[in-house]
Amino acid sequence: MVIYGVGLLAACMLAGVILGDLLGQLIGVQANVGGVGIAMLLLIWAVNASGLNKLLEPPTAAGINFWSAMYIPIVIAMAAKQNVVAAVSSGWLAIIAGVAAVAISFAMIPLLSRLAGRSEDTP
Amino acid sequence: MTTIVALLEKNALITAFVVVALILAFSNWLATRLFRGQIHGSAVAITLGLMLAYWGGLVAEGSKGLADVSLFSGLGVLGGAMFRDFAIVATAFGAELDALKRAGWVGALSVVLGVVLSFVTGAVVAIAFGFTDAVSISTIGAGAATYIVGPVTGTALGADSAVIALSVAAGLVKAILVMVATPLVAKRIGLTNPQSALIYGGLMGTTSGVAAGLAATDPKLVPYGAMTATFYTGVGCLLAPSVLYLCVIPIQGLL
Repeated sequence: MVIYGVGLLAACMLAGVILGDLLGQLIGVQANVGGVGIAMLLLIWAVNASGLNKLLEPPTAAGINFWSAMYIPIVIAMAAKQNVVAAVSSGWLAIIAGVAAVAISFAMIPLLSRLAGRSEDTP
Repeated sequence: MTTIVALLEKNALITAFVVVALILAFSNWLATRLFRGQIHGSAVAITLGLMLAYWGGLVAEGSKGLADVSLFSGLGVLGGAMFRDFAIVATAFGAELDALKRAGWVGALSVVLGVVLSFVTGAVVAIAFGFTDAVSISTIGAGAATYIVGPVTGTALGADSAVIALSVAAGLVKAILVMVATPLVAKRIGLTNPQSALIYGGLMGTTSGVAAGLAATDPKLVPYGAMTATFYTGVGCLLAPSVLYLCVIPIQGLL
């Protein structure tokens, strides 16, 4: 049933968010640490677990695939609710700080990728 | 007419589905006709969404872009953190477990490096603009990480509310720029495979920026980038008001 897929997905997300919150409290920060990431790992684990083969039945998978396909529309809605006015009218300090942080982070990607590629050759 | 508008407002989330479908249809048409497939339809749609958010912000004078215009309030629900995170988790369904497992140390390194780099950049800009106290410098540096790390750090250190507002703005600029710029620079920075997506997510850190940036570049890369980005804000909230702030204090004496 489709709802099994949706239910599994929702359960994974809730478990991940709760664990992420606990992790945040454990290290003493007022933020969720990796809740969504943990939820993703839980989902992958649940789908691959041998006892849960039923989950791979097409209708169940459809419940998860639907939300995966809704990802881009949701992201577009998210873009449409950003506080763009505040970002644009915030003055030069905020704009320069934001732009510089992005530019430097972009520049680091090829360097780190190369570093990671090299270490894989010589484990 | 007023009845129709009232009904659309009453069924806000359903209205949002139609609005987003129309934005995407128009964007896909633009992408094939005007840009001849050079730019992804979703990249056009995200940019269009941001432009509508700007317009909505001007008209409604709120902080939630187009979602503050009552007819479009459903966009606030559909585009809110709850559905965003739900959809991100769903994308993991198609992810390769091996590629995610390989995240390991590179993923962790990219998150820590991303936080430190953005913090230092923001702090340097704050100093260049004449800030001399460690609390303000750290708060703005933290804002350059994400718009959540900024206020969390500012509140923890007791920063001025104007400085906290600046840090939120810096984080917003970052998130929006990541959304728009990622598809444009993706090839040049090698953002074409799961591993570089993991590194990208860790370095950028803004969940909304990474989510939209990858959606506009290659949706298959979403789970990898989202995986590392999801740890960034937590690590930022851990490092910025503590270790990084302590590193700024001695610099304060030199200013």
